Amino acid sequence: MLTFNRYLRATSLEEAYTEAQKKSSVVLGGGMWLRLGKRRIGTAIDLSDLGLCGVEETEDSYRIGAYTTLRDLECHAALNTQYSGVLRESLRAIVGVQFRNLATVGGSVFGRFGFSDVVTVLLALDASVELYKAGVVSLERFCTMGRVNDILTHVIIPKRSLSVSYHAQRNSATDFPVLNVCAARNGEQVTVCVGARPARAVAYRYTLDGTAGKAERIANEIASRAVFDSNTRATARYRRHLCCVLVRRALDDILEKEEA
Amino acid sequence: MKQELKSVGKGVRKKDAMQLLLGKPAYVDDVTPSDCLVVKVLRSPHAHALIEEIHTDVAMRVPGIVAVYTYRDVPQKRFTMAGQTYPEPSPYDRLILDRRLRFVGDAVAIVAGENEAAVDKALRLIKVRYEVLTPLLDFRSALDHEILVHPEESWHALCDVGADNRRNLCAQGMESDGDVEQVFADCDVVLERTFHTKACHQAMMETFRTYTEIDTYGRLHVISSTQIVFHARRILANALDIPKSKIHVEKPRIGGGFGAKQTLVAEIYPAFVTWKTGRAAKMIYTRRECQIAGSPRHEMEVKVKLGADRDGTIRALDVHTLSNTGAYGEHGPTTVGLSGHKSIPLYTGSLEAFRFAWDVVYTNVESAGAYRGYGATQGIFAVESAVNELSEMLGLDPVAVRMKNMVKQGQIMPAYYNEPASACALDRCMQQCADAFDWAKKYPVRVTENGKIRAAGVAMAMQGSGISGVDVGSASVKLNDDGFYVLRIGAADMGTGCDTILAQMTAECMDCAIEDVIVFGADTDASPYDSGSYASSTTYVTGRAVEKACLELKEKMCTVAAELLDCPTADVVFCGREISRADGTASVSLTDVANKSMCRNNIALEATCSHSSPTSPPPFMVGMVEIELDRETGTVEVLDYHAVVDCGTVVNPNLARIQTEGGLVQGIGMTLYENIQYDERGHLSENSLMQYRIPTRLETGRLHVSFAPSYEQSGPFGAKSVGEIVINTPAPAIAHAIYRATGRWYRELPILPEHVALGDTVK
Amino acid sequence: MEITLTLNGNKITASVAPDTVLLDFLREHGCASVKCGCETSGCGLCTVFLDDKPVLSCSVPVVRADGHKVTTLEGLQEEAAEFIGFIADQGAEQCGFCNPGFVMNTIALLRENPDPTDDEIRAYLAGNLCRCSGYEGQTRGIRAYLNAKKEGRL
Repeated sequence: MLTFNRYLRATSLEEAYTEAQKKSSVVLGGGMWLRLGKRRIGTAIDLSDLGLCGVEETEDSYRIGAYTTLRDLECHAALNTQYSGVLRESLRAIVGVQFRNLATVGGSVFGRFGFSDVVTVLLALDASVELYKAGVVSLERFCTMGRVNDILTHVIIPKRSLSVSYHAQRNSATDFPVLNVCAARNGEQVTVCVGARPARAVAYRYTLDGTAGKAERIANEIASRAVFDSNTRATARYRRHLCCVLVRRALDDILEKEEA
Repeated sequence: MKQELKSVGKGVRKKDAMQLLLGKPAYVDDVTPSDCLVVKVLRSPHAHALIEEIHTDVAMRVPGIVAVYTYRDVPQKRFTMAGQTYPEPSPYDRLILDRRLRFVGDAVAIVAGENEAAVDKALRLIKVRYEVLTPLLDFRSALDHEILVHPEESWHALCDVGADNRRNLCAQGMESDGDVEQVFADCDVVLERTFHTKACHQAMMETFRTYTEIDTYGRLHVISSTQIVFHARRILANALDIPKSKIHVEKPRIGGGFGAKQTLVAEIYPAFVTWKTGRAAKMIYTRRECQIAGSPRHEMEVKVKLGADRDGTIRALDVHTLSNTGAYGEHGPTTVGLSGHKSIPLYTGSLEAFRFAWDVVYTNVESAGAYRGYGATQGIFAVESAVNELSEMLGLDPVAVRMKNMVKQGQIMPAYYNEPASACALDRCMQQCADAFDWAKKYPVRVTENGKIRAAGVAMAMQGSGISGVDVGSASVKLNDDGFYVLRIGAADMGTGCDTILAQMTAECMDCAIEDVIVFGADTDASPYDSGSYASSTTYVTGRAVEKACLELKEKMCTVAAELLDCPTADVVFCGREISRADGTASVSLTDVANKSMCRNNIALEATCSHSSPTSPPPFMVGMVEIELDRETGTVEVLDYHAVVDCGTVVNPNLARIQTEGGLVQGIGMTLYENIQYDERGHLSENSLMQYRIPTRLETGRLHVSFAPSYEQSGPFGAKSVGEIVINTPAPAIAHAIYRATGRWYRELPILPEHVALGDTVK
Repeated sequence: MEITLTLNGNKITASVAPDTVLLDFLREHGCASVKCGCETSGCGLCTVFLDDKPVLSCSVPVVRADGHKVTTLEGLQEEAAEFIGFIADQGAEQCGFCNPGFVMNTIALLRENPDPTDDEIRAYLAGNLCRCSGYEGQTRGIRAYLNAKKEGRL
């Protein structure tokens, strides 16, 4: 059971940031899995009062507050229209509505969990994260960074006309994914993200050259390049196999979509 | 002798349904005080170790800590935690706390304190030095292994079950009928296969929990989520080494059991604390404890040798089961029996000979216990899969093969203690299921537009109805003011609805409304003796006790009525709301009789009867499943599951249907993803519901349940049982459908998408 | 820490430890309907409404509920009473331990989508585990209620 000695409902980002510099402090996201941790925490920092909920639509992007819930994203009409419903598709299998009403985008992204559905999709949508001190950093770069003491305030998705497809394989309906794949196509540029390998998602970029059988070729190539591992849910060998299947299926979807 | 029934056979609401749905306080933690000691157990991080040193002084100094107990503080008489009739077949191999630790999660120390924070802190401050020993984790090599799980002298078995702790043997035995070898030699085909099922968890939503206090009379009062109040009393007395008269056990509503609560998993710790300190105490298992230190299904390896002719006649079955009881022997000697006793007799119709042998071994993993189906689930997966393999090998329709060989009404079943199939509609189950499912159309493999494969599978099953010659069910029926009845039972409604169906039977017997029957139970001080709710016994065994008690009460009521009517008892007839003279000239109302019982009366209008059955009539069922399989990802989706059950007379069709649906879904989970994986140090990976995945409502498929009732003469109103059998068909039926779709037989559960996609049939 | 929240319509002020979770707080404040089934935010037994949204009370530090509205089944007895009889008519309550969370989330579903399909019911309630019923009886019960409502039989 997780224990906090102190609970801070921060009144400013500066206050939250200063507190977060202490090793014993933790910035709360949605609060999921509170009972899971054994860690004893000095100060739990709550950003609820800092106006970080909600999606702001600007001319060229969607700026998503860190405390926006997964359920908000799942049900966000404009975002889902813009990106072929891929947010709904990738989020609906996460535990249940009551979980997604709490879990936040910021918490999911900041944790950069290997099993994340959200990170895989956001990566394919070329998202960035906005950190209080460090400013805007691409999600791809953020995924490679070590421990970050900064405060993640927003996730920014650039507005683009993309065809997107998301595929995940799970051993049971609302379990963590064994592997997930999100492919996004912008003209001839294709980004394929592979997550739950079970490590953090990685992105691969291709320029389509119009030859036949490209989906299969790209899928096989990614499967041979990507690093997979085994855990209690699946072996690396199965993940590599799935990678071929799911990448090919995702690419087939977006190539077809384009043609239709 | 089928009667016109008014209450039995009606799908009435469960008596407690509305209160439960409104979330009223009903369970242990809701109805017991919270200002009591919090009890927790320090659990072994090692699968096999000896405590070299244990220091509790620092932990004791934590403010709020009342007691810390170690192996030095407990009685040294061994006992079993298995809730079974005395003398228990399970060996006496437990101490409350032991110096030797036998699995990761075994109890090292008990801590009691004023609040949870203090107890958690104290747990961290107990200093233990372990002598870490090599654990014995592989059950296949456990027999006669140099590592002994129970080397202690004080280990002993009360019953002759072939146990020998010097060989890691919890039980061993063999039985047979006819000369199997000779029949095999004469068969056209002999097929030998090995199957493996794991230690699945009941995962009832309410974890183990118990509250204990010393009552006004200085006795230990135990309020626990248990299926077995009377066995609990005995086991606690054994464990604490105190007289049984000093213990009073009751159960409130139970948040699910499925057999888990047929073992005294939690009770002993708070009981010990309360007995030592005199203070009220409560222990609530975490889900993690429930997973790592509960009482899951016995892992089994079942070898089936099946001899048949080319026309599909099944002539001989040889089954050997190796069962893993884990660190302790609870239910070890008995579960294994069902793996043969409930699978081989399904083919009584044609079998000329059978042999069934078993070994049950100790290992350094979580101790197993009772889980719905007991060992039948494991044995039926093996034998039914083997029969499917035979059918496919011979190119015969597996439904036709079963129709040809199955046990039929009236046959004596040599592999079932020579008991008769006194009520058996298995043939009707098969026919009805094949029709409803449309077997002829769905058995052939089809490819859908999106490239997925649709395929079907079939299996049949049986179980028992109570333990023949052992289980005792009792009922007390009492007439009260104005003419309502109180039914007192010792059986435990754990959500299954036995309170309601026994009230239906009472109402039927007493010719009154179900609302006029109040049900009370279970409480060792107030209830008549009942073995408890397990082994599919309550409807069949306790139900019969209800019938008997009602009959006796009616006689007493007639005696009182005869006094009022001023005529001989023989001249009155019982008509429910009134008792009349046989000639119809006069009558007294039920109310008059009830009120008479409270004024100038010498006849107690109350009757208590017990019932025990020399036989355990099996319910039968057939399951058929259609799946959609994605060959590339290996995903198996259950589309439709049809089940037809012969549970004898269906006492409450709604509850029987829900029991069936619930059992099917547990079976689906066990087949497709409920997994148990230990690492090389004996740590269980699936130690939470996040890792141990039970089915959600997105993966049940559509369930279609119907009944093909036979009539069991020895059962109440012709009823048998339904609680356990329903979990037995999914594993073999789904494995069959997967074979149809992939051409590969999966003989180990769970069958994960990975195995299907990569074709890994054996690990 | 001192917090003030509205619990089932009543404003309450309480002193809490910084790491108290809403689930424990609610049980201590007379809401026995709120059950704990796991420690991993995954079973749905502890579902309550936080400002009218169904959430897992095991995963909400109670301090976070300071200034907010919390509703448990104790506060929604009448709304529940409208449909639970249909669940009882199926026998799908079974042991009942998961019922409060299931009933709460069903209320949330029906408020959000008064006329759901069976698949929408299953999707919305996917986070409510039940080990007894096999789920289908619960779906049938909700369906029977919706049909009765449509046909003016309520």
